[in-house]
Amino acid sequence: MSTTTELSLKDRIFEILSQVPDPEIPCVSVVDLGIVREVRGQRLVITPTYTGCPATIAIEHDIRAALDRAGLSDIKIETTLSPPWTTDWISDEGREKLRAYGIAPPLKGAAKHSLRETPAECPHCGSLHTEEISRFGSTPCKALHRCRDCREPFDRFKCH
Amino acid sequence: MAEEVLFHHALRLGDDGLILGQRLSEWCGHAPMLEVDLALANIGLDLLGQATHFLNLAGEIESQGRDADALAFHRDVLDFRNCLLVEQPNGDFAQTIARQFLFSNWQELLMREIAAAPEPRLSAIGAKAVKEIAYHAKFASEWVVRLGDGTEESRARMIAGLDWMWRFVDELFDDKDGAPSLRSEWDARINHTLAEAGLELPKPRRGVLGGRNGHHSEHLGHLLTEMQFLQRAYPGATW
Repeated sequence: MSTTTELSLKDRIFEILSQVPDPEIPCVSVVDLGIVREVRGQRLVITPTYTGCPATIAIEHDIRAALDRAGLSDIKIETTLSPPWTTDWISDEGREKLRAYGIAPPLKGAAKHSLRETPAECPHCGSLHTEEISRFGSTPCKALHRCRDCREPFDRFKCH
Repeated sequence: MAEEVLFHHALRLGDDGLILGQRLSEWCGHAPMLEVDLALANIGLDLLGQATHFLNLAGEIESQGRDADALAFHRDVLDFRNCLLVEQPNGDFAQTIARQFLFSNWQELLMREIAAAPEPRLSAIGAKAVKEIAYHAKFASEWVVRLGDGTEESRARMIAGLDWMWRFVDELFDDKDGAPSLRSEWDARINHTLAEAGLELPKPRRGVLGGRNGHHSEHLGHLLTEMQFLQRAYPGATW
């Protein structure tokens, strides 16, 4: 444990939480998604993705359990809405993990792109010859697309 | 902002989302196709999520120990402050789309204003909600065009749906939250989409008001009996 004790509390918490998967999209961690915002003293600040996302409660439970397992039961979890979560906070590593998992990652600069019709890149064959089937998908954060070249359907992380 | 004014403001915003979210959930498993089923359920979920935040805030301001659940499940119909539009029955798909189109376009403008308002707790929820609502408004507007500019049947239904909902529009701009100022931008949005759909503005009707004061249509009571059934049958049940 000598290496971890040398880390600051913040680094240690982020390292622990980088092992906590998102319950709906387990290929990425809660840190990759940008849900974990900061550590302020003994408080960990997290933010929900969508206001109605049912995973929000599960995420908080999973984070609590991970902190408890690491002996950090005294760290309190606090939820903030402001500033609102954006897909721009998804890390580059997280974007790659999403692509490898079959989910087209969101464009960067989401605020500018959120509702503009930009073609999604098929995570299976890389084609830009794709179409949106439904703006709403299996979770609040994803839309349903289809590749016109390889014919595979795929999810795309909504630019938000 | 005085605490009581803020409480009622948060309550109105919460009740609008809660009631429309519940209405939309009635479509789950019944929509004309899977994609629409997903969309309506997702929109309902967003609205419920926003409502939870607004109602929790209302409960916090009130300081009587009521949270969003208590406000949602332990109030009777006269205590609800949602606008009449959101409690209207789903009708057919076009009627549901008409309601969503009129409401989401209004709600997006309202939330944008709230997001920029000085009250930090309200503006935090508003800033979060406005991003979600932009999707709802776009979805509903696209369907108005598709149905209005579709077959004779879909067009007739879209016209009938808008006609049914139109009398509840004035109430959106007749409350204490500064909403009258949103009317011209809302009109412009509605006119733009209706023109694209080849539809005319519904005939003017005398506006029906009252929801903001607890004077609801009979539909809300029926909705609540279903939504509140469990808490009425087993008060305080948790699991």
